[in-house]
Amino acid sequence: MYHRILVPVDLAHVGALERALNVAGDMAQHYEAEICYVSVTPGTPGRVARSPKEYEEKLKVFAQEQGQRHGRPVSTKVYVSADPVADLEDLLVKGVKDVGADLVVMGTHLPRRLDAIMPSHGGKVARQTDVSVFLVRPSRA
Amino acid sequence: MPVVKDNETPSSDEHAGVGVPAPEGAANLIDTDYVIGQDNVTGQIRLNLDIHGKVFAISALVTVLFVVITLAAQDQVAPMFEGLRDWLTGNMSWFFLTAGNIFVLLCLGLIFSPLGKVRIGGAEATPDFSYLGWLSMLFAAGMGIGLMFFGVAEPLGHFDAALGGITTENGVRTDWAPLGGAEGDEAAAATLGMAATIYHWGLHPWAIYSVVALALAIFSFNKGLPLTVRSIFYPLLGERIWGWPGHLIDMLAVFATLFGLATSLGIGAQQAAAGLSHLFGVPEGNLTMVLLILGITAVAIVSIVAGVDKGVKRLSEINMVFAALLMFFVIFVGPTLLIFTSFFQNLMAYVVNLPAFSMPFGREDENFSQGWTAFYWAWWISWSPFVGMFIARVSRGRSVREFLLAVLLVPSLVSVLWMSAFGGAALDQVMNQGFEGVLGAATELQLFIMLGELPLAQITSFIGILLVVVFFITSSDSGSLVIDTITAGGKVDAPKPQRVFWAIIEALIAIALLVGGGLAALQAMAVSTGLPFTLVLLVGCYAIIKGLMSEPRGLPEIEPKEEGVK
Repeated sequence: MYHRILVPVDLAHVGALERALNVAGDMAQHYEAEICYVSVTPGTPGRVARSPKEYEEKLKVFAQEQGQRHGRPVSTKVYVSADPVADLEDLLVKGVKDVGADLVVMGTHLPRRLDAIMPSHGGKVARQTDVSVFLVRPSRA
Repeated sequence: MPVVKDNETPSSDEHAGVGVPAPEGAANLIDTDYVIGQDNVTGQIRLNLDIHGKVFAISALVTVLFVVITLAAQDQVAPMFEGLRDWLTGNMSWFFLTAGNIFVLLCLGLIFSPLGKVRIGGAEATPDFSYLGWLSMLFAAGMGIGLMFFGVAEPLGHFDAALGGITTENGVRTDWAPLGGAEGDEAAAATLGMAATIYHWGLHPWAIYSVVALALAIFSFNKGLPLTVRSIFYPLLGERIWGWPGHLIDMLAVFATLFGLATSLGIGAQQAAAGLSHLFGVPEGNLTMVLLILGITAVAIVSIVAGVDKGVKRLSEINMVFAALLMFFVIFVGPTLLIFTSFFQNLMAYVVNLPAFSMPFGREDENFSQGWTAFYWAWWISWSPFVGMFIARVSRGRSVREFLLAVLLVPSLVSVLWMSAFGGAALDQVMNQGFEGVLGAATELQLFIMLGELPLAQITSFIGILLVVVFFITSSDSGSLVIDTITAGGKVDAPKPQRVFWAIIEALIAIALLVGGGLAALQAMAVSTGLPFTLVLLVGCYAIIKGLMSEPRGLPEIEPKEEGVK
């Protein structure tokens, strides 16, 4: 049913992504799909990498590790932005087209009051793209 | 390969060990164990946070302290702050002027040197923004607002002073004429006045911005250090920049930017209110000004949340179009021929008088060289952390030569054209049309009175006010981004609410000082930070050369040298 699953990844917050990564892995196995891990990173040095190139290499390593866990083919895509926090949704929507994904699996936080003025990235991506989007929320426990 | 180790770096950090990446790509990274953001406080208090604890907390506390002191003890504080500024521009003018000349010489030298081939962000980096968007942002951040206020006022002021000639009292000159003045000679006074104005708005201020921006860009995009002012000091202080020397440099940058922005916002609101009252009879008063500040801040917040590309870039482009329309209107509806001939004449006069204007020692025109030039240099320099950091952030992917042509030469030429148009039109009214209304008017109204003598005055004046307001929005916007990045330890991807927080703080300071008094006093304090920052910039010159020397020049085939900068 799905051939290529896009999973947005921020290597600085991998811990918070665990659930989404597992969901994506399980679905990829079920549908025999490929997973493309996509990141938006600043051109300036950050916590994870000191150049976009270095970030890209770390993301490739990360994707290989994920691939070994779920056993499906993986690929990566990195977008460089002068203002990653602001451009994230637009670039993810572009990423869906660029990599030809037919499903997005992304982690997101619980809905909260502040979403009215600053909506969550997941919600915005879901609204702007025409493929299916699976928003993985933190567990209730 | 000198790997600099810092034993104090906390190793408990979960990212420890990724601090030293292998040098990759055609850029030459600095080896450091410091992980960007390692000293940051992250967490969630209803909102996500990611800040550099010490820099954030202390700058915020000192800011509040200064505002409270200024509000509480205005009468004592005002003379103190203003005295400090006057002492600095008076006694340290040789230092400001010398430093300014060094910056210009360095930038011009780099354009022609082989170091100009180095590309910001590594040999294969591609620009993040188009030429139009990039240049618009440079201009809006650098001096858009100043050109609106001083485009008419400054040429006229120098013209008037030069025409009056030299007056002395006990052997000391009491006049404000540039150089020897031009007593009684209207044409010579006009040319001298324009040349002096161009000197203050041309190569020197843009060289000041270029030095900060270039140093930051190289040490961040090419050397892998965080995008924050302390990184400039790496060649001098090494790993010590991660400790208190670095904290202090960053705090000073936050302080100068915050107070510079907040006081300009307050004073700008007064001037915009004066313009609105003059044009449309809107009542002047605190309510109008507070509403203006709130309105400007509200739009700025929308733009901040939208981000650099969809926010400040778009606003800057729109403003560029309107500014260009206004300028061409003045050129073609005003004295077209005179403006075009005077453009070249003014440029020539600038070049001819440049050695005399920029002479740091033995000046006889002390009022001019201290009261105007040194004050301007201190002012530009106190703005340079803000403007420089913003320019650095949007300049990845440009070669050093391209960067300097765009940040130094293009804006300087545009400034000359702008001053020739607005100043020239006003001088024409005074000298040839017998209309002297502009001369007697208050500084903030001179632009509107000049426009009032041209057709369609209501429309052009309205565009003028709109330009002023939007330039303030872009300043508040880009300034908040810069303060947020510095207080987040150089991270440009800190959570959005932090940017909004700084924009609101700027507005609150502006309103508090507007209602409670003390705007001018605190601005004097902000300008005084120009002195310590002159030292920062001089270190920046050293850092630029040192940093560029160790970068591969141009072509990707060249292997990166395996040598860190120490």
